[in-house]
Amino acid sequence: IAMTTALQCIDNLKDHNDRVWDVKWNPKGTLLASCGTDKSIRIWGKEGNKWVCKSILQDGHQRTIRKVGWSPCGSKLASASFDATICIWDKSSGQFESAATLEGHENEVKAVAWSQSGEYIATCSRDKSVWIWSVDEEEDDFECAGVLTTHTQDVKDIAWHPFEQIVASASYDDTLNLFKADDGEWVSIASLGGHTSTVWTVSWSKDGRRLVSGSGDKTVRIWQRFDPGNVEGIATKGENPTWKCVCTLSGYFKQPIYCVTWCHQTDMIAACSGDNSIVIFREENSSNNSEPVFTAISSAPNAHEQDVNSVAWNPVIPGLLASCSDDGCIKLWNVDVD
Amino acid sequence: MEDYQGTIYDIIRSIKDPEKPGTLEDLNVVFEEGVSVHTMAHNRCNIEVKFRPTIKHCSLATLIGLCLHVKLQRNLPTSHKISVIVAEGSHNTESEVNKQINDKERIAAAMENPNIKKMVEKCIKDPD
Repeated sequence: IAMTTALQCIDNLKDHNDRVWDVKWNPKGTLLASCGTDKSIRIWGKEGNKWVCKSILQDGHQRTIRKVGWSPCGSKLASASFDATICIWDKSSGQFESAATLEGHENEVKAVAWSQSGEYIATCSRDKSVWIWSVDEEEDDFECAGVLTTHTQDVKDIAWHPFEQIVASASYDDTLNLFKADDGEWVSIASLGGHTSTVWTVSWSKDGRRLVSGSGDKTVRIWQRFDPGNVEGIATKGENPTWKCVCTLSGYFKQPIYCVTWCHQTDMIAACSGDNSIVIFREENSSNNSEPVFTAISSAPNAHEQDVNSVAWNPVIPGLLASCSDDGCIKLWNVDVD
Repeated sequence: MEDYQGTIYDIIRSIKDPEKPGTLEDLNVVFEEGVSVHTMAHNRCNIEVKFRPTIKHCSLATLIGLCLHVKLQRNLPTSHKISVIVAEGSHNTESEVNKQINDKERIAAAMENPNIKKMVEKCIKDPD
């Protein structure tokens, strides 16, 4: 493993009294939402030079809040909980208020994500299903538009394509799946096998041509879309593209990788693990399209005192990364961007 | 390090079997040689605990695994990484059991389920 520069920690926000499962920036990059075992959501904002907790959203869930997701307009936040529900929080009145509760999953909801257009929400659960909800913004109405049951186990994470109506899901069954709407019906379009343990996390590249995933097998994989007639000569079937693993990053982590996230400003990938570390990867300039080379450019081997559960790139300030951990802390990091 | 192995074993030996009368030690489900300690940098330890379900198709293997995990988590420093596995050849669905009982999200969710939590608390309660 080549030499990497150290990540620079610029703030440590300690307010949750228990495991913090997730952090997510709002689309403007001005607010950070965090959630965890204490069943609350905290909203952090900058006052002067300090990031402070601006509000605490409580009483929406009976159990752990596993993940949160901002709407593309930034006025709503969705939370996914082990209590089998999803809460929608609305701050159009100024304060966040609980606006709706989505029920339908049989048990723990593991992830929630808003589509880029704001038309849909995707959720996934230990009940093995991925649900697509259509959003009526005006009415605060959410209707089930599809239930996808391709996975054979617990679905851990979901991510929307940056501009197409495609959802990627990651599962305990060691695979990733891709779903899209076909004539109003949501269908599976690809199953990506290769990981040898639970796939915990998935994230899209800015151009939507690649996916990055992280797994209990301690590897990060990069998957690439090959359209029919691609110059690389990768076989495709009919009009559908083929997805292929084009890079496997191993040897960087000693424990499962719980979150990977691809920065759409800098193209850097942040990955974090149960071994307390965060590693930043980037594609090498000389990299070949169908056999890309990604290298670690920066890392924090002891980023937190316990497992690092999530990392999130600020969507506006290049190189600003948030992380959260079982140690109850949220940290902000500065990654050099050259 | 042998001392530490003994200390860790002392935490788990008194756990009660969810079904049969007696402790996991009485039933030979846990045994001192099943505990291994690997010291890592920064005073961290990787702890691995092997257990042997009484029967190969034991449906309570995941519950026993959960009891072991929870009790170890509560009694060991948070800097330790704990893994609990069934001994090789001791269960028909060894890899499935091992995967499930080491999934921290499943562990966390199981302990928020009132019925499962009650069973675990009963098994890991220290003897009077």
